[in-house]
Amino acid sequence: MTLVLDGIGKRVGGVLHLDGIDLTLPAGSVTVLLAPTLAGKTSVLRMMAGLDRPTAGRVLVDGQDVTGIGVRKRNIAMVYQQFVNYPSLTVYDNIASPLRMANNLSAGEIDRRVRATAATMHIDSLLDRLPGQLSGGQQQRTAIARALVKDTGLLLLDEPLVNLDYKLREELRAEMREIFARRQVTVVYATTEPTEALMLGGNTAVLDAGRLLQFGTTIDVYHRPASVRVGEVFSDPPMNLLPAELGAERMARVSADVAFAVAPHMRGLATGRYRLGVRANHISLEPTAAASLAVPAKVELSEISGSETFVHARHNGLTLVVQRAGVHRYELGQPVTLYIDPGRLFAFDVAGALVAAPDREPGGR
Amino acid sequence: MARIELKGLAHSYRAMPSAPTDYALRQMDMVWEDGGAYALLGPSGCGKTTLLNIISGLIRPSQGRVLFDGRDVTELAPQQRNIAQVFQFPVIYDTMTVFDNLAFPLRNRGVAEAEVTTRVHEVAEMLELTADLKRRASGLGADAKQKISLGRGLVRKDVAAILFDEPLTVIDPHLKWILRRKLKQIHQQFRLSLIYVTHDQIEALTFADQVVVMYDGQVVQLGTPQQLFETPAHTFVGYFIGSPGMNLMPCKLDGDVVVIDGLRLPLAPERAQRARAAGGQLQLGIRPEFLQCLAAPQADAIAAEIQAVEDLGNYKIVTARFAGNTVKAKLPEDAPATVGAAWLLLPRERMQLYADGRSVG
Amino acid sequence: MQKTENNKAWFLVLPVFVCVAFSALIPLMTVVNYSVQDILGPNQRVFVGTEWFLEVLQDEDLHDALIRQIEFSALILLIEIPLGIALALALPTQGWRTSLCLVLLALPLLIPWNVVGTIWQIFGRGDIGLGGYVVNALGVSYNYTAEPLDAWVTVVVMDIWHWTPLVVLLCYAGLRAIPDAYYQAARIDGASAWAVFRYIQLPKLRGVLLIAFLLRFMDSFMIYTEPFVLTGGGPGNSTTFLSQYLTTLAVGQFDVGPAAAFSIIYFLIILLLSFIFYTVIQNMGKGGAS
Repeated sequence: MTLVLDGIGKRVGGVLHLDGIDLTLPAGSVTVLLAPTLAGKTSVLRMMAGLDRPTAGRVLVDGQDVTGIGVRKRNIAMVYQQFVNYPSLTVYDNIASPLRMANNLSAGEIDRRVRATAATMHIDSLLDRLPGQLSGGQQQRTAIARALVKDTGLLLLDEPLVNLDYKLREELRAEMREIFARRQVTVVYATTEPTEALMLGGNTAVLDAGRLLQFGTTIDVYHRPASVRVGEVFSDPPMNLLPAELGAERMARVSADVAFAVAPHMRGLATGRYRLGVRANHISLEPTAAASLAVPAKVELSEISGSETFVHARHNGLTLVVQRAGVHRYELGQPVTLYIDPGRLFAFDVAGALVAAPDREPGGR
Repeated sequence: MARIELKGLAHSYRAMPSAPTDYALRQMDMVWEDGGAYALLGPSGCGKTTLLNIISGLIRPSQGRVLFDGRDVTELAPQQRNIAQVFQFPVIYDTMTVFDNLAFPLRNRGVAEAEVTTRVHEVAEMLELTADLKRRASGLGADAKQKISLGRGLVRKDVAAILFDEPLTVIDPHLKWILRRKLKQIHQQFRLSLIYVTHDQIEALTFADQVVVMYDGQVVQLGTPQQLFETPAHTFVGYFIGSPGMNLMPCKLDGDVVVIDGLRLPLAPERAQRARAAGGQLQLGIRPEFLQCLAAPQADAIAAEIQAVEDLGNYKIVTARFAGNTVKAKLPEDAPATVGAAWLLLPRERMQLYADGRSVG
Repeated sequence: MQKTENNKAWFLVLPVFVCVAFSALIPLMTVVNYSVQDILGPNQRVFVGTEWFLEVLQDEDLHDALIRQIEFSALILLIEIPLGIALALALPTQGWRTSLCLVLLALPLLIPWNVVGTIWQIFGRGDIGLGGYVVNALGVSYNYTAEPLDAWVTVVVMDIWHWTPLVVLLCYAGLRAIPDAYYQAARIDGASAWAVFRYIQLPKLRGVLLIAFLLRFMDSFMIYTEPFVLTGGGPGNSTTFLSQYLTTLAVGQFDVGPAAAFSIIYFLIILLLSFIFYTVIQNMGKGGAS
């Protein structure tokens, strides 16, 4: 089903929780709602489901206004963070429950569908167990199976993997991506982790403080964040921001001793103050031909994560994070130079909006 | 600061344990050096929280002893052990201000008020909480509350070790970086013994000097992040650490050559010798980060077929198939990779051999 | 949270509305009706406005009963709430002992109220009652039918025996809801048992205590059956509380007008005091409580 949110707003007791959300989700698409905690993801999902009513705006399903219609009449399924299953029913009965409530399928048909969905979620050997006897991952698979078996037009997931172990999360994520690809259901997946958004692909809607900041294909939003805030929310590690002054002759000045010539994608900008964004893996600690922006800094901290090293370095009161492949040791206070290729810089104006983004050539540079 | 030793330690939640599976923690001996930053890494149910609670004194072990600087503390209660613990969700005293929260452990121990004030201000400064000292603790965000929990541990001058039980679980991703940095700085400044329990490998590897990987109540490997990454001692470590985990392929040994479904890879003779001596099911492991993907054939390169390429912003994950096995390779974001024929390089020094799950080097 | 509209819900609630209308609203209106009229005979009613209200408010006996009632409720709350909390803290938390204690505690709550009165009436007697006999044997002169103080003590003890378990059960449920990590953190912080109570348990029990407080206040302020069965309001009128006085007015003397007027005043007093207590306790938690 196509889902359209038209100017959705939610005001609770004088406080505006959601403001002016406009989203158009094509049928069968996967949309990630990416936002920090308490930004309103759950509120938006509840509006889509029909569990809450917006104080402003409309919700349209396949062109029909369903804003006032309760959740039972809408054809949706929802998966929660907390592995919600009926505790006194076996896994089989749990998955069968939505089909039984619909009341128009034969027992044989129900059985067939339950077993097929359980096989998809790899829990077909657990059908006789109670949820209390299952591990967290298995309980969540049951909840997802219960949502999938209904074959609804809309599937909503509210941070479903956040209570699971890291490795389990990886596995389930890969499985879910395959499942979403095979089915014709419109999926909305809420999360705080940028990596999940990137792994699931599809479209991403970035929310912050109840407002929609950007909507587009995931990889586009990643490469062209519309504002500083989107850049912050959508980066792990966080995007580095450098204040800079763009002067005449296409030169930019970061501080008293650091200046550089701007790259082609920034040449059209007017002079003035900007904030330049650069991702941690685009800063190098070795000089390269393209990296004409050299920032002297002192190492504040270095973190090793097995395959990568994250170096936190300080320049003029500003802390920057550099991601470097391999394991490297740095001493606290060690002077280093951060080499940045100006072609990799994002430029944001003083209000925080994106004014220039690096060119992306297919296949990289 | 303290050197913590665990001697013959085991724990079962049952009154009469008989089988090894009745034990939440199987017999172990371990030493945690003074001033070290350790991480206890493992999946849910591996026993890491049990181990942490035994060290802090919240649980009495059913067997074995716990020693702090040579002193047997197994029978001592937590408040007598000079440890502090930070929990998964922020534990603060709702009715008190931030100042009173931080002062609480000192006041309970009868420290003079003047010293309490000095100490609280020092710790608040270090944790960047000075502006909030007069506010009621319950009104702050989750990350500030966790800082307060941490502060209650730091405020005691005699604290021997600070234990963390998955403390960043409720914190937003971009705030996690800031808190991790803060923890590292505190560790470097004070050289306190820090033990950090987590199931998140990034947290464990970035935080700790030494990581203890646990599985099913046992310690599987103790090593630096680099050791765990480059030379995992067990296939579980290979799987659990690294995203995605290590590629494992069943293989056989033929003289000094490893054979995977017809593909022959030569080994150094000493390695082959050790593999023969170990016996059991052999597996070849190589991490996705060490696999290289080439567009054109090269000497030593293996012909393969790329089935999928995922663009994940910073990097790419390539799923490829060769010799009857599916493997994943992690490539930098600019690397050229398309579905279809390709050639893979498996650097010999990065290959690990496992017999029945254990490394043979 | 605003739910989406569902008209079916109104139909489900309608039967309850009808019952409440019959059993509460209509009788209430009748009482209001009586309170502003003087009924001289079957068909002779005179509208007297606030005359009954004024008469009732100047009634000396009523003032005495009101003061006795306030003293009683205050005493009950001062004893039952702390005692209930203390007992809840002392209860075991796991194992078969827990179920046993909870069942034993619940027993007094299940006994019909006039039976409670009867039990204590017999229990307190000096000749055949176990309690009365033992107390007298210990040398303390105790006779609840003759001495006002003894009657008070007996009524208060009876109410404590009867209703403290309710406070205990509510507090016990509230205590079980506190996550373990708080206690663990307090142990590590070196907090004494008193500090744990004051800074962790009591703040977290706020919601539960509010319910317990309001319930006990309202019930004790309206208490009728138990003291009536036990002492009949005596000796003299030393244990005549408000509702008993009201009944005497209405049924005994058949002064329906003043009784109705007083009923309304009674209702408004309880409403006002409950509202005050509720607001006070809620606001003690404000200012940062999340």
